[in-house]
Amino acid sequence: MQFTINGETHDVEPDIRASLLDVLREHVGLTGTKKGCDHGQCGACTVLVNGRRINSCLTLAVMHQDDDILTIEGLGSADNLHPMQAAFVKHDGYQCGYCTPGQICSAVGMLDEVKKGWPSHVSDKLDSVSLSNDEISERMSGNLCRCSAYPNIVDAISEVSGLTPAQKEAADA
Amino acid sequence: MKTFAYSRAESPEAAVAAGGRFIAGGTNLLDLMKLQIETPESLVDISRLDLAKIEEREDGGLTIGALVPNSDLAADPRVIAGYPVLSRALLAGASGQLRNKASTGGNLLQRTRCYYFYDKATACNKREPGTGCSAIGGVNRILAILGTSEHCIATHPSDMAVAMRALDATIVTLKSDGDRRRIAIGEFYRLPGDTPQIENVLEAGELITHVELPTPPKGEQLYRKVRDRASYAFALVSVAGIVSVEDGKIASAALAFGGLGPMPWRDPAVEAALIGQAPSDAAFAAAADALLKDAKGYGTNDFKIPLTRRTLIASLRELTGVSA
Repeated sequence: MQFTINGETHDVEPDIRASLLDVLREHVGLTGTKKGCDHGQCGACTVLVNGRRINSCLTLAVMHQDDDILTIEGLGSADNLHPMQAAFVKHDGYQCGYCTPGQICSAVGMLDEVKKGWPSHVSDKLDSVSLSNDEISERMSGNLCRCSAYPNIVDAISEVSGLTPAQKEAADA
Repeated sequence: MKTFAYSRAESPEAAVAAGGRFIAGGTNLLDLMKLQIETPESLVDISRLDLAKIEEREDGGLTIGALVPNSDLAADPRVIAGYPVLSRALLAGASGQLRNKASTGGNLLQRTRCYYFYDKATACNKREPGTGCSAIGGVNRILAILGTSEHCIATHPSDMAVAMRALDATIVTLKSDGDRRRIAIGEFYRLPGDTPQIENVLEAGELITHVELPTPPKGEQLYRKVRDRASYAFALVSVAGIVSVEDGKIASAALAFGGLGPMPWRDPAVEAALIGQAPSDAAFAAAADALLKDAKGYGTNDFKIPLTRRTLIASLRELTGVSA
């Protein structure tokens, strides 16, 4: 099977049952993406496929041979952090760090959804979306953090989204 | 996970001819395959078929391809404008990641989240027909109070399907012999009876290709979901409501319910209790009486009966502008 991951082509021969997550970690050696629950409940395995965030544990690798797959390793590096990674560092958006790659990939995908005007469960109006801390919390509910760094995660995402403190308050009011 | 043969279908006709289990988003099927609750011998990948479009029909309705992801359906401007109950129901379900993957057809076919269906150490007539039902007499607070049988008290987990039930959606299929079928959503799901493993009227190898919505209904639309967490949890009870008021009287009403039964629940008696009445708490209470006339609690889910009554009354107040 051939995969395009972070712009590079990889030829691997996994079992037909392999999830995209298992191919990333076990066959390609990209261990930044984490296995938490392996049932789509925790979000630790979140990657971007054709620009959309999905749970890589809950999809068969064989179904993604023609897709553009982006993992945390492709988003940024220690020397060249993605703005979302830099914001997580600045705001201390983690403790143990296990959920962090999934949180960051999910947040990047989520902000793109907001840019497209997609509403959420907490949006007052379905046809005009404005971000707030409540919106961020709802839209990130598929990413669990057992250390409960949620306030700092929301702060990090809020900064990258360009929300000013006044906007946050106004939108939350 | 048990191993399986895999093939990618090039057309709907090739998919139904292949004679395997269809996989699209896979978010529910793979979860169950990992637990060996589902053990298909062959998977037919339909995810690349040209069934991911939403199109307006000449009659003013909407045709939704079975592969349209839940996210895209919820955000579609035509759905938001004409069928906000559907957008709201979709957005009340699952997480952003899952909605990006889960398909319209797959959402209709979701299996129950009954604890005992998932726990292979227990008896479950849906998972293993004839073994019994551990949920009856067990921990059943999330399970059904309407439409149950002595063999199964599972609920259907979908939010989307509840809104589609209120909207009178039609499910369009392609059968393995090449024939097409149009099935009203009210005729699509089956009560458990003594065969809870059979959940709908689809024949072996029959593929959902589209879901049709009629013209946007008149009146106010609402989806109200009550659950154990504020986000990313299945419904204890949910209401999809579409109500219009003319000259001070309720002119039309469509009310469907999630979390209560083995299928998205709709009872004509509930709507009959409302139509022609002036909106009032007395009329709403009569509708709740009609809905819950045959409701049966199983112990830890007894609370759902008063919860459903209050949720329906609150929903009807919001839909008609009556204050408490």
